[in-house]
Amino acid sequence: MLWAKTKVVQGVVGVLAVALLVGLSACQTGASGPSGAAPAAGLSANAADVAKARSLTPDDVSAALKTYVPGGKYDDYYMFASGGQSGQVFVFGLPSMRLLKTIAVFTPESWQGYGQGEEDTMKILDEGKFKNNPILWGDTHHPALSETNGQYDGQYLFINDKANGRIAVIDLRDFRTKQIVKNPVMINNHGGAFVTPNTDYIIDPSQYAVPLDFQYAPISEYKEKYRGLITYWKFDRQKGRIDPAQSFAIEVPPYWQDLCDAGKLVSDGWAFCGSFNSEMATGGIEEGKPPFESGTAQRDMDYLHVMNWKKAEEVVKAGKAQTINGMKVIRLPTAVSEGILYLAPEPKSPHGSDVTPKGDYIVVGGKLDPHVTIFSFKKMQDAIAKQSFDRDSFGVPVFKFNEVMEAQVELGLGPLHTVFDDQGYAYTSLFLDSGVVKWSLGAPYRTEGGWKRVEHIPTQYNLGHLTAVEGDTVSPGGKFVVALNKWSVDRFLPVGPLHPQNLQLIDITGSKMQVLYDAPVGVGEPHYAQIIKAERLKPWKVYPETGWNARAQAKDPNATTAGKEKIERRGKTVEIWMRAMRSNFNPERITVKKGDHVIWHITSIERTEDATHGFALPGYNINLSIDPGETVTFEFDVTESGVFTYYCTEFCSALHLEMAGYFMVEP
Amino acid sequence: MNVIGNASVLERPVQCAEQPSVSREAKVGKALHGWVPQFLLIAAAALIGASLLFSFWGMNLRAPQYPGGLKARIYITHLAGDIQELNGLNHYIGMMNLNQAAALERSLAVYLIPTFALLTLAAAFVRLRWWWLLAIPALGLPVVFIADLGAWLYYAGHALDPRAPLSSSIKPFTPPVLGEGKIGQFTVVAFFETGFYLVLAASSLIVAAIALRWRAAASRRAG
Repeated sequence: MLWAKTKVVQGVVGVLAVALLVGLSACQTGASGPSGAAPAAGLSANAADVAKARSLTPDDVSAALKTYVPGGKYDDYYMFASGGQSGQVFVFGLPSMRLLKTIAVFTPESWQGYGQGEEDTMKILDEGKFKNNPILWGDTHHPALSETNGQYDGQYLFINDKANGRIAVIDLRDFRTKQIVKNPVMINNHGGAFVTPNTDYIIDPSQYAVPLDFQYAPISEYKEKYRGLITYWKFDRQKGRIDPAQSFAIEVPPYWQDLCDAGKLVSDGWAFCGSFNSEMATGGIEEGKPPFESGTAQRDMDYLHVMNWKKAEEVVKAGKAQTINGMKVIRLPTAVSEGILYLAPEPKSPHGSDVTPKGDYIVVGGKLDPHVTIFSFKKMQDAIAKQSFDRDSFGVPVFKFNEVMEAQVELGLGPLHTVFDDQGYAYTSLFLDSGVVKWSLGAPYRTEGGWKRVEHIPTQYNLGHLTAVEGDTVSPGGKFVVALNKWSVDRFLPVGPLHPQNLQLIDITGSKMQVLYDAPVGVGEPHYAQIIKAERLKPWKVYPETGWNARAQAKDPNATTAGKEKIERRGKTVEIWMRAMRSNFNPERITVKKGDHVIWHITSIERTEDATHGFALPGYNINLSIDPGETVTFEFDVTESGVFTYYCTEFCSALHLEMAGYFMVEP
Repeated sequence: MNVIGNASVLERPVQCAEQPSVSREAKVGKALHGWVPQFLLIAAAALIGASLLFSFWGMNLRAPQYPGGLKARIYITHLAGDIQELNGLNHYIGMMNLNQAAALERSLAVYLIPTFALLTLAAAFVRLRWWWLLAIPALGLPVVFIADLGAWLYYAGHALDPRAPLSSSIKPFTPPVLGEGKIGQFTVVAFFETGFYLVLAASSLIVAAIALRWRAAASRRAG
């Protein structure tokens, strides 16, 4: 482990810094660490020359030493970041900040052969269609790793598609998308995905209020007809799937709900979602009305939605929910009368609502208010016991701000989102001030100092979310924070007007925070990410057995083996069971007639790590990836006669170019 | 292990600091001629039975693109290790499928090895003049194994399919039975494994048992 040698590294860095500053050379000794550490003298002389030649400061050198992961050595952490408009998920290694993989989720992806003919991936994308209209892109925002007892368990990853109100399930055994669900009642979401501490539910709040079930209602009926919806998708861990039949949603006022978080430990069974349009502004800039940007920012307070989801679950089981378009919806009056929904005034147009590691407080970032506001879960429960409420215009009970607020800490301009470390500190992103601010939590987290701003570090630039090692779990890991900056401006070589995003790795172990690395992301805009210890994951290196169906995570009934390849004709249907192994497809010649329908299965009988094959059939728009052991299926109508070739698209062997065949279509 | 040597050590009277009593010497002699060879034969039978559970011979292959290396392990009854991958690689040079090599021997071994073990066990208790014939099949096992393995390795390296993709770049060769060799980009190391040493030990015990009993028979004839 890189950090097992921290003392050595510090010693080496110290010597290096001295050597650089004083201009000393080779005869330095002093860093004597355990065996295995290079003698500092040799290292510092060489490194000092390199550092000098590349104009690196001592800080640069220490940052390099803290992040460099030599070839063949592994990173300590995985970071799963949303891929923004790419519709995908990015997997990084930490501390190196190297991109390890893009997981295809909502958008067809060529390398993985996702959504380009292969039947199962087509079905997954098809699950997510809106009414009957296919959707071939997504805007991923907030990844959520599955949890057991409030700690990441490394089994599943959930990600939302804000644009289309969808959630996807990714299985971390093979890092592949298994399911997409489309919210049947709401057009879009933003604050998902957030899991409850044992992944019973995935919380998925709507963003822009619309009439439920995609009905039409004029905007003049906004207050009467437009609504928000907080959906609780039931996750069936045995099946590895969301079960829509067991899921439910809570109807809420049209306040434009935003980020959520699930309660944990003392607050388990509850969930908290912010909102930023309690004004119920409806825009109308073209009619001379205030635009949304100011209309939604008139009041000093918006509402934190406090929900008792355990209670909601009981209410649904008792049959008190109304089924709309197949989704069980607890209507707003029921949510109020059953004690499921409460509101807490929160300043002002906030973004994050983040539960502290022990589940006792909820930290809300003000966005348009320079404070974070800390709410006490216990004080909320006391207020509920005393029935001490105001009411909003929908009759929802509203806590009295001073009765549930524990503290406010002034951090700077544009506080958005907060994560936690293992030392009782919180880290909040500041969008307008472009930086991370570290602040201390009060009791029971830290005995001295109380709720207090500690330190600020600039980031480059316009920081949105940030994430810390397991920083939203019951036991944060400390060590690192990653700032997900929206703008990179001048940080990288220019690549035209569309700039990469900038993810910055920040060391939080020292007395002062240090930015260690700027990682450009040139494939989409990550919004949020989660960092998990690498050892929590147990990914497969090849599929468990030959003939594996990746969607079912089971043996494929159409798997074939060497010597069992065949072509069958049934009327106008031609079915092919093909076998792939370095360096041939069997069969290599297939003859059909124009007007036939082809069903084509390919099994890779490879058992060797990384011996992946691709398959392309140009002219019929077919492109697939066949991982070792995998069986894939595709089908198409033979509409064009002529001679076509198919070939392996993943360089598999010395005779990869020869891995090909002819697809003959007789007129 | 010099089995014959050991037997000849046993022939000499035991030299001790104290003069051993005559009765003790007789006891030792009786044991050496009676229950000791019987025990050796029982142990040999057990070792042969146990050899079914262990690999006899192995080959480790290293190449740049296989950082973990590849393994082949030969049990007396089956193959283990990265056989499919090795077959996949071997097809480029036109080598036969490894599962076809010595297929008959392996299928017979399932019955023969327990039979040899039982015959050896029988040899422990049969006191007829030809009792030692029962242990001969087991005694010959290590030699037969090596000879057969060597023959198959030679055959596999020489009966290459001339139509294979790399037939022009690989000359016929014999993979090593023991020690290091080079095939294409692979460095290979071959070695005997536990199973083989078990049958070798069994052979030694059988030789010792035969020697002791023959000596006993000779001394009885002399006496």
